[in-house]
Amino acid sequence: MKSVSNTSTIVLQTNELTIGYSGELGAEKYLHQNINLQIARGEFICLLGPNGAGKTTLIKTLAGLIKPICGTIKLNHLPIQSLSIQRIAKLISIVFTERLNLTDMTVYDLVALGRSPHTGFFGRLSALDHEKVAQAINDCGITHLKNRSLNQLSDGEQQKAFIAKALSQDTPIIILDEPTAFLDISSRIELMRLLKKLSIEKNKAILLSTHDLDLALRSADRLWLLAREQTLITGIPEDLILSNKFKNFFDKDGILFDNQTGAFSEHLTNLKTIRLIGNGLEFKWVQRALKRSGYQPTPDKGEFMEIEVSNETHGIYHVSHPNGSLTSLRTIEDLLSHLSVSADGIT
Amino acid sequence: MVYATFLVSLTVILFVLNLIIGSVYIPIDQLIHSLSQTVNSQDPTALILLKSRLPQALTAILAGAGLAVSGLLLQTLFRNPLADPSILGISAGAGLGVAITLMLSGFLGNALHDLPGVIGNLTITLSSFLGAFVVLLIVLNLSFRIQNNAVLLIIGLMISYAAGACIDLLKFFSQKEDIYVYVMWGMGSFSNTSSGELSFMAPIVTIALGISLLLIKPLNILLLGTQYSTNLGLNLKSIRLIILLVTGLLTAVITAFCGPIAFIGLAVPHLVKGVVKTSNHAILIPSVIFGGASLALICNLIAKMPGFDGTLPINSVTSFIGAPVVIWVLLSKKNEKRF
Repeated sequence: MKSVSNTSTIVLQTNELTIGYSGELGAEKYLHQNINLQIARGEFICLLGPNGAGKTTLIKTLAGLIKPICGTIKLNHLPIQSLSIQRIAKLISIVFTERLNLTDMTVYDLVALGRSPHTGFFGRLSALDHEKVAQAINDCGITHLKNRSLNQLSDGEQQKAFIAKALSQDTPIIILDEPTAFLDISSRIELMRLLKKLSIEKNKAILLSTHDLDLALRSADRLWLLAREQTLITGIPEDLILSNKFKNFFDKDGILFDNQTGAFSEHLTNLKTIRLIGNGLEFKWVQRALKRSGYQPTPDKGEFMEIEVSNETHGIYHVSHPNGSLTSLRTIEDLLSHLSVSADGIT
Repeated sequence: MVYATFLVSLTVILFVLNLIIGSVYIPIDQLIHSLSQTVNSQDPTALILLKSRLPQALTAILAGAGLAVSGLLLQTLFRNPLADPSILGISAGAGLGVAITLMLSGFLGNALHDLPGVIGNLTITLSSFLGAFVVLLIVLNLSFRIQNNAVLLIIGLMISYAAGACIDLLKFFSQKEDIYVYVMWGMGSFSNTSSGELSFMAPIVTIALGISLLLIKPLNILLLGTQYSTNLGLNLKSIRLIILLVTGLLTAVITAFCGPIAFIGLAVPHLVKGVVKTSNHAILIPSVIFGGASLALICNLIAKMPGFDGTLPINSVTSFIGAPVVIWVLLSKKNEKRF
């Protein structure tokens, strides 16, 4: 695979990598073969793929926690096998999915542990270490939480504390395994924004696995698509969409990727056509409600019901039947229930 | 710092109390005078002090500190609040060693009972240490092969059960007198160590405690679990080996001289964490050393309170005093969200 990235900024590179794990009696289970990847400084990469595709195995192999079955991984142009774990600790920091129940450990303590690869025998922090810890905490926007115990934090706050730990580790690469998994939607957006910011401002290479396709498409510089028994697909989001690779990758029964909107939709059958006219915000949401409820809105006239949404008459929806009767409704909820009753009446 | 000063002075005060309180009360001025005497002194007070109370108090300090630190190290290594020095089966191994010796002596026509008391004691100490050491070797050997800490923990428990079953069988075939000796050993005591034995126990425990102080950084990292530890550059295999070796040695030596002392190893780390509220081992280890020494001294003090006929078994006292204290600390408002 060709890459336009400047080779001097490449921090991680794999060549014909085979990943998997050794099972019983030394038998090896291959998950993926011929993986050729590279990560450059400042790059924000999202790894997408269904559960069981081997995302975590890939991440752990890249971080040197699992031995590759064959092929090479180079960190800063040096083969990973030749590096001690102390050395790797200064090149890659990880945030795992695993939740920790840490009593009595403050955010500051945790972030300070990120300095471990740089501190001496007793782990005592120098003035510079303290400065880097405070900086990492500040970069993640959790300075107000620094003296709080970790088990008193919300999931999103904890996740930020662990990202601060990874930052204070001061590595060119940060890898996160499903960092948004336990978070609510606003925390997810906030977290992605934070990671994106760090990749730009701190020139960090950030790789994260996620199921948040929408967020990944919006923020990733590059996507890695990994599925069982398939070769890893990489590329920038827009290229993957235009070449239909993204669509094909996620093609499953009943789920469609809409290349126009860049979003997934449920594929419904037996749609009923309905005429919808109007404009503005309300028009958009009525259209959405209709689609969700199994209607195919069209602006064209025909032998079916007609809904008129207008911006002047705020919150009033006029429904006219093919038989000529007219009804006005105040909410979309009333509109939908009126439609379903009338539909029953007709058939 | 406040806690540190408190714990150190508590230990010193309890140490002095252990010297002056007992079946005979020794006032402070006489205490200082007697301590300057030699062991061969004819002064009865000096004899009580130097031959009985001083070794007993020092044994309590060493045993309390050693077991408490073992408990802390194992709780951190296994990330399990229920881990304690008995969890790897080392105490059970010590028990098995003692039970085998007692039963063999029964077969050999009560050879042990005919031995003078000191040598009889020494035989029990040696067999206890051997039993504990054999189990320690087994556990260390397994730890090379088993990656998973939870599996290692379960295997330790299984060794305990197996040793317990062997002890029961041996008891079944043993004579009443031997079973009595075994039961007495199992109750634990700080008063069986002579100053000669102490000169063997003290250096080993002190060195092991010293090593534990060198483990501050890896212990702090271990709190984050095996994955984060590796990512922070910690060599898990070697650190686990060192922790098992240190805790195993502490448990083996202390159990050999004092019998299986229950509770201190489990409770002291929780008590200390409940008070100092930090996960930093630079603070935890010294606090646990002095906390363990203090708790052992308190229990020894209660066990030999005037009014009790002789000395109460240490194990009953440790659990009787310790259990309510631990429950009280855990239930206190400040600790509500700990688990």
